[in-house]
Amino acid sequence: MAARDNHGVGSPWKDGFKVIGRALPKEDGLAKATGQAIYADDIQLPGMLHAKILRSPHAHARIVSIDTSRALALEGVHAVITGESMPIRYGVIPWTPDENALAVDKVRFIGDEVAAVAAVDEDTANEALRLIEVEYEPLHAYLDPREALERSEPQIHEGKKAGNVSKHVGLDFGPVDENLEKAEVRVEGDYVFHGSTHAPIEPHCAVAQHAADGLLTVWSSTQITHYVHRALARVLELPESRIRVIQPCLGGAFGGKSDPFALEFCVAKLAMITGRPVKMLWTREEVFYAHRGRHPMQMHYVTGADRDGRVQAVDAKILIDGGSYSSFGLVTTYYSGQLLTGPYDFPAYRFDSTRVFTNKPPCGPKRGHGSVQPRFAFEVQFDQLAEKVGVDPIEIRRRNFQGDYTETVNGQRITSNGFLACLDQVEEASDWKKRRGKLPRGRGLGVAGSMYISGTNYAVYPNKMPQAGVQLKVDRSGMVMVFTGGNDIGQGSNSVVRYIVAEELGLRPEDVRVKAADTDLCPVDLGAYSSRVTFMVGNATIDACRKLRKKITQAVAQEWEIPQARVFMGLGEVFDLEDREKLISTREAFHLAEEHHDTLGSTGSYNTPTLGGDYRGGTIGASPAYSFTAHVVEATVDEETGRITVENCWIAHDCGRALNPMLVAGQMEGSAYMGLAEALLEDHRVNRFGLHAGPSLLDYRLPTAVDTPELHALIVESLDPEGPYGAKEAGEGPLHPSIPAISNAVFDAVGIRLTELPFTPGKVLKALEEQKAEKQASPGNPSEQPIGEKA
Amino acid sequence: MRVLHLCVNGDRLEVAAPPHWTLLEVLRYKLGLTGSKQGCDKGDCGACTVLVDGKPVLACLTLAALSEGREITTIEGLMPAHRQAGGEGADPVQEAFDRCGALQCGFCQPGMMLSARALLNDNPTPSPAEIKHALSGNLCRCTGYTQIVQAVELCVAESTSKKPRSPAWAPGVNPWSRAEPASGGQD
Repeated sequence: MAARDNHGVGSPWKDGFKVIGRALPKEDGLAKATGQAIYADDIQLPGMLHAKILRSPHAHARIVSIDTSRALALEGVHAVITGESMPIRYGVIPWTPDENALAVDKVRFIGDEVAAVAAVDEDTANEALRLIEVEYEPLHAYLDPREALERSEPQIHEGKKAGNVSKHVGLDFGPVDENLEKAEVRVEGDYVFHGSTHAPIEPHCAVAQHAADGLLTVWSSTQITHYVHRALARVLELPESRIRVIQPCLGGAFGGKSDPFALEFCVAKLAMITGRPVKMLWTREEVFYAHRGRHPMQMHYVTGADRDGRVQAVDAKILIDGGSYSSFGLVTTYYSGQLLTGPYDFPAYRFDSTRVFTNKPPCGPKRGHGSVQPRFAFEVQFDQLAEKVGVDPIEIRRRNFQGDYTETVNGQRITSNGFLACLDQVEEASDWKKRRGKLPRGRGLGVAGSMYISGTNYAVYPNKMPQAGVQLKVDRSGMVMVFTGGNDIGQGSNSVVRYIVAEELGLRPEDVRVKAADTDLCPVDLGAYSSRVTFMVGNATIDACRKLRKKITQAVAQEWEIPQARVFMGLGEVFDLEDREKLISTREAFHLAEEHHDTLGSTGSYNTPTLGGDYRGGTIGASPAYSFTAHVVEATVDEETGRITVENCWIAHDCGRALNPMLVAGQMEGSAYMGLAEALLEDHRVNRFGLHAGPSLLDYRLPTAVDTPELHALIVESLDPEGPYGAKEAGEGPLHPSIPAISNAVFDAVGIRLTELPFTPGKVLKALEEQKAEKQASPGNPSEQPIGEKA
Repeated sequence: MRVLHLCVNGDRLEVAAPPHWTLLEVLRYKLGLTGSKQGCDKGDCGACTVLVDGKPVLACLTLAALSEGREITTIEGLMPAHRQAGGEGADPVQEAFDRCGALQCGFCQPGMMLSARALLNDNPTPSPAEIKHALSGNLCRCTGYTQIVQAVELCVAESTSKKPRSPAWAPGVNPWSRAEPASGGQD
C-alpha cells in the first residue's frame, strides 16, 4: 500500500527551505536552450522508414472496400496496413473502447484514419496513399449536437443503447426546486461555449523499433506513457513485458496528447511487419484532425439567491458535443457538473449533462478539462446576479465563499482554500474599488473565480496500486538519479522532482538528475493529466527521499557515535548539529551508508485517500486538494469595429505552496493566455460538410506576443496539508476565470452581456445594436433597478 | 539529388539532398541539426527560424538550394560562437531564457531565441514593445510570452548594467539575479 502523505508542509531540515520556493532554472532548461534536447521527430534510426496515414474524405460513411495492391506495388513501399490489421478496439477510458487504430467498416469524421503506409521516405509514402482505392457509402452526417440528440438513425456508433448519446449524467444534491421557488432573485440564461484545440507547437510524432528478440520500443510524443503502453499491448496483442514506451522531450500537449493515437499503433505494427524502424510525424493539418480539444457545450443555467445575493440553488442543463469518439468523454460529462461546487457554497445543486456523438474531430481533455465551459456560464451568470441584487461582483463572490476545510454540496472534501486572498489580491492590484464601474465608456473591469483539482482519485482503470511511484539510485559520485514515470510535458515536473530530492537529501540541485517516462526504467506513474504530477509525484518523491535519508543518517550517526537526530544534511554537506567540526561531504556520507547497509536505493509512492461522495460517479472530480483562482481582466471595446482588446489580466492563484514561484507563474501566465486566446480568437469548427474550417496555424489564430496582454501572476499560498510541502496544482486552474472575466469586463465597459463564445467583433456589434434598439424603444425607462442594496 | 555547398554555423559543408528539399529538411534530416523545429511546415509558427546572413528566416519556406553562399546560423551555433568570442556558458540569450523560465516545452524556443538574438544584434536596447514586435513571428503555446519578454529584457538590462523590471510574482526584487536566488515562498 502506498504511503499516505504525512509529510507536513514545513521544510525537512530545521533551518528552513534551501531549494524549495526559489526561482531556480529548470532541470532541462539549458538542453532546450541550446537545441540539444531530443524530441520525437529528432530521433533518426538506421534504416528507418517513414509512414503516412490515409484519412477519410467523408464525415460519416461505410467502407465498402479497400484496395491497397497498387500502393504496395509502388517502388519504395514496404508495407500497407488497414483496419483489418489491428481490429481490436481501445479507448483511453476502459469502459468506452470505441476507437480503432485504423477504421474498421466505418469512418466517423473527415480525417478519420483509414490506412497507413511505410516507405523509404515521406514523399514515397504520400504517393502510395494516393494509390489506395477506398470505396465509401456515405451516411447521414451529424454536425449539430441537437440533431444527434434527437435522431438515432443512423447511429454513429452502432450498438449503443441510446441513439447517438455518448454519456448522460444527472445528479442532484439538496432541495433544488424548493430553493429556486423560494429564491428572492433568480437569473436564468443560455450560454454557448465553442470548440477550441490545444495546438501544441510540436506536432504528434512516434517512432517504433521491433528488435529481433521481439521487444517493441515506441518513442512517442505522449503525455501518458503508461496508458499508451497498455493500449499497445491490447491492440497489438503483445504482453506488456514485450513493449517499452519512451516519451522523449515533449513539445507541448495541454491535454491533446493524452489519448493513445493511431500513429503509435501504426508505427508499431509497421515496424513489426517490416523489421525496420518506422517513424510517423503528423502534419499540422493532421494535428487539427487528431484534436481531442475542448468540448463545445450548450448550457442552460438557473441560479436562485436571497436578496443579499447568497446563492440558494443552481440548476444546470448541458448538451455536450463530443465529436466522433468517446475519448475521455465519460469523465468530461461528469466534470461538466462535478467541478462547479466551489469556491462558492451551494446549498442545492443539480446538473443534467448529455454528451452526444457528432461526425466531427473527437473532443477530449483540454487544459481545464470539462469545467472551463460551465465555469464560464456560471461566472457570467453570477455577475448578472450581482447586477440584479445590486452588489459589487467581488463582494458577491466573497459573500458566497464556501470556506476552507469543508465539504461541497456534492460531497467533495475541501482542504485549504485561499480564494478570499485571491480576490483581495486581484482587487488591490487592479485598483478595482476606484476603477470598476467608473472608467470611461469602452473600458471596463471584470472578475471571475474558479476551482480545480490537484489530481483525482479516479484512476482510469480500477486498481489499488500507487498512482505515482518514484525510484532513487544513489551514485558513489554524490549524485542521485531519480526515476519517475511522470511525464514532463514542459510544465517542469522533472525539475520539481529535482528540487524536492535536493531539498530532502541536502544536495545541490545540479547533483540530482531525473529520468522520466520510460516504461522500462521508471516505476509507473499515471501521467500528466488532471493536474496531478507535482502533487502526486512530488509526494512520492518525498516518500522515497525520507526512506533513504533514514539509512544515510543512521549510518553516519553510527560512525560518529551520536544520536541520529543530530545528523544534518544540507547543500552537499553532512554534519553534526552540535559539533560543526564533524563535517563530511554528502558523497562521503553516501559511501558510509553504502558500507553500512548495501547498495543504496529507495522507492516511494503516493496514493490518494478515499474521497468522494457516496453515489455513482461520486469519486469523479474528487481530489485530494483543490486549487483556487480569481482573475480581474481589464478590457477595452471598440464600438466602431466591435473588437475587444484585453489590456491587463491579473491572475491570483492559490497553488498551496509555490515550489518554484517562477515555474508557477509560468503556468499561471500560460493558462491565462490560453483562456484569453480561445475567448477572443480561436475557433475549432467544421464547415457544412464536416470539413475542418481552418486546419492551419494561420486560420486557427493563436495569439502572438503582440496580441497577448500584460499578464500579472499573483501567487497565493494556502499550504495544503495533503500536498508536497503544501503545494497544489497551478497548470489548469488559472485558465478558467480568464474567459468569463472578459465577458464581465465587457459588461462594465459597454453594458452588453456576452454569453456566446468566441467573442467575435460581429457578436459585439450585434449586442451593441440590440442595446441601442432597446434604449430607443424605452428612452425614459432606465434598466431594471437592483432589488438588494444600492449599487 | 543535388549537391549543395552550405555554410552552417561557420562550417563549410557539402551535402546531397533532393532539389526540392527545404533548408529545414536539410538541416534536420541530412545534417542532424535537429535544434531547428518544424511546427507547421507552412511559415505560420516560426519554430524553424534560423539566421541567414544574420537575419531571421523561416527555414521551412526556404529552399536549401537558395541558401548556398549564405552564412546560416542555427540554435546549435549560438553557444560555440559565444565561446569562440571568449564567453562562458551559453549565449546570453540562451542563458536568460533558461534563468527566466521561458523554456517550458522548449519547442518554439530555438526559433524564438534566434529571433531575439537577431533583434539584439541590430538593436541592443529594444523597448518591451519592440521586443514583442520582433518576436511576433514566433508562436509560443506555453508561456503567454511574459517570461520570454522578461528574458530578453534581462539580456538588455544586464548588457547595460541596469536592474531589470520585477515580475508581478516577485515585486521589487530581481529574482533572476545570479548573486542570490529569490525566495518566493514562506518557510
